[in-house]
Amino acid sequence: MSDIQNIMLVGVGGQGIILASEVLSEALLLSGHDVKKSEIHGMAQRGGSVRTDVRFGARVWSPLIPAGGADILVAFEQLESLRYLAQLRPGGQVLLSTEVIIPTTAIGGPPYPAHVEDLLRTRASQVWALDSLALATQAGNPRTAGTCLLGALSHLLPVAEEHWQGAFKAKMPPRFLDVNWQAFHLGKHACA
Amino acid sequence: MTPGEAFPPPPATEVTMKQLLAGNEAIARAALEAGVRVAAAYPGTPSTEILETIATYPGIFAEWAPNEKVALEVALGAAMAGARALAAMKHVGLNVAADPLLTASYTGTAAGLVVISADDPGMHSSQNEQDNRHYARLAKIPMLEPADSQECLDFTRQAFEISERFDTPVLVRTTTRINHGKSPVTLGEPVTPPAPAFRRDLPKYVMVPAHARRRHAVVEQRALALREFSETTPLNRIEWGDRSLGIITSGVSYQYVKEAAPQASVLKLGFTWPLPPQLIRSFAQEVKRLVVVEELDPYLEEQVAALGFTVEGKSLFPILGELEPSQVAAALAGRQPPPPPELPELPGRPPVLCPGCSHRACFHVFKKLKLIAMGDIGCYTLSVLPPLAAIDSCVCMGASVGGAHGVSKALGPTARVIGVLGDSTFVHSGITPLIDMVYNQGTATVVILDNGTTAMTGRQDHPATGRTIRGEPTTRLDLEQLCRAVGVKDVQVVDPGDVPAFEAAMASAVERQEPSVVIARHPCLLLTRERGQPLVVDAAACVECGQCFQIGCPAIGVTEGRRRPQPVISAELCTGCRLCAYVCAKDAIGEKSGE
Repeated sequence: MSDIQNIMLVGVGGQGIILASEVLSEALLLSGHDVKKSEIHGMAQRGGSVRTDVRFGARVWSPLIPAGGADILVAFEQLESLRYLAQLRPGGQVLLSTEVIIPTTAIGGPPYPAHVEDLLRTRASQVWALDSLALATQAGNPRTAGTCLLGALSHLLPVAEEHWQGAFKAKMPPRFLDVNWQAFHLGKHACA
Repeated sequence: MTPGEAFPPPPATEVTMKQLLAGNEAIARAALEAGVRVAAAYPGTPSTEILETIATYPGIFAEWAPNEKVALEVALGAAMAGARALAAMKHVGLNVAADPLLTASYTGTAAGLVVISADDPGMHSSQNEQDNRHYARLAKIPMLEPADSQECLDFTRQAFEISERFDTPVLVRTTTRINHGKSPVTLGEPVTPPAPAFRRDLPKYVMVPAHARRRHAVVEQRALALREFSETTPLNRIEWGDRSLGIITSGVSYQYVKEAAPQASVLKLGFTWPLPPQLIRSFAQEVKRLVVVEELDPYLEEQVAALGFTVEGKSLFPILGELEPSQVAAALAGRQPPPPPELPELPGRPPVLCPGCSHRACFHVFKKLKLIAMGDIGCYTLSVLPPLAAIDSCVCMGASVGGAHGVSKALGPTARVIGVLGDSTFVHSGITPLIDMVYNQGTATVVILDNGTTAMTGRQDHPATGRTIRGEPTTRLDLEQLCRAVGVKDVQVVDPGDVPAFEAAMASAVERQEPSVVIARHPCLLLTRERGQPLVVDAAACVECGQCFQIGCPAIGVTEGRRRPQPVISAELCTGCRLCAYVCAKDAIGEKSGE
């Protein structure tokens, strides 16, 4: 299993996780890796908690990351980073958007957790926090927050810039290419 | 930021022309390569993208059928006329299509007929997790189980050849992780099948008892021939490894096995009805410990055990839900999984009705009027969650209508009971029970939540939208005319955006001592992207009564109030539907003043 790398993208349905995972998988494929990805459509996407698994390496078997086996957890939202923390292998890395989306169940239920980064550090070796929403707004479209996270993630992955570009071209409508490329670089430089 | 650890460089192999495809896209590609001429489906997670992808190929006639039974009948007719045909559906859809399937097994076809069953272990978006492998055995038709996207392409292509060689429909059984998992695929070259032609063959296609008795014998002979095929087809193969552990597996479980036990010997079954007894024997005899790894029912395990072998399966793995690789590794080794990290209790985040969804107002009214609401399959199932908690049942497509009729017959004509379902679900299975309600002098009310699309599965068209799968205009099914035509005298059409009007319509309908229909018509916001001005809360006027929280709108967040939580409305999420302003007794919610 050790030559396979596992990236888990988590967040709230509607945040653009599937698009980000599409671009990521394509970039890894263009870089010459075997890639598998698993996601859920349908009911799970109506504003609920979502998870997408992306795995790459010389030969990937399972489309699902083994429980507790994620090397990198990319969280589009703070609460969701904690919900899937058990999926991170001890010593793995977390890339965290500081965005907060309070679920309606927080009324009368358990409170929205405080000190998320500290809790993440009980299991993660590194936590990279990023105000992806602000960066995306700076890039020109708040909906590119996921692309900002990909820019930050690019530091951790063996993918050349040309393959990121190729993946963007393959997976995004031409009119959104420029703003996303801008968002990608803002995210990348924010973590430089 | 520096990399926390070194990742291996990309392998030195040259980049091939592989594409990352979901299993559903690969199945669609197989239809293209196999020369399919007719494909039909009703949308259902996790199968929907098969037909959506096929519809992008101009050479194939593709359609959304009103339901899965019709889809299979259309495909069967096309195959009888000599055209390769495909029908795709989710697992519960095959229940609806089971009637034609079991007799199509008798008739066989002239050209290849492939039925895709997309099962949903773990019930990510389903009402049950039935194991449809039993259908192959029940219908006595061959079944293939691909284990990744490449096999989705290769196996579905082969399924057409098997169908023609053995004169039988073929079931391709997938699961959510296969349908929605993406993996690299090398595409093939399309073939051109012979031109269709209908050849009369009464003893084969007209299943009156005298003919069907002869055809049943043909089915049993075919099953024997298929078992011979199963022994030798490369779809079933042994991967010899360490013989102290031998694992029999199929579908996505094969991938978990390869990851969890890379040294083990594996019998990978791609052709899982009929199973190959000789091949299983030759494998089982050679290994010290025999284990079957499969999700859901002990389908393989029971058949292996019936051959007389001691085999472990459901003693190690749950019958509930999905498997995953570390669970398979732990169960094989007799280990417990490691404990999860200690965290504070987290708020849940279940899926919810979208902000501004017109269904929300409907369920608010049902709750206010204290109606017994028999529910159905669609987005509105989400209204079961608190705080709405506004439906009382959810069983299968169309069950709301017959169920409401049954409740009213049990409780009497004064019972305030409704059957509530969407427009697409009504067309799928709600019409026949509505006829029943009229015919048998029922008194329930049917509420059709008509948002002009099949929303839950991703906004597909259906007969009442007036557009085909390719978005071309067609004759629109008129729902109110239809309801009147079956004999409902009281048919009202109301926009639930006008809450008082909708409430009045509902109040009058449930009082009637005869069948009534209320069509709650408001387009799905995912379709129109319609947005009004976002509302704001006047914090000084708010008395913190919490009424607005009771509508369960994701745009209404919570902030600290004077004594209790106070609402705060997200300007990004709010569509300005005004339902929260309507329920607020203190007029504390409205448009921002001065705008």
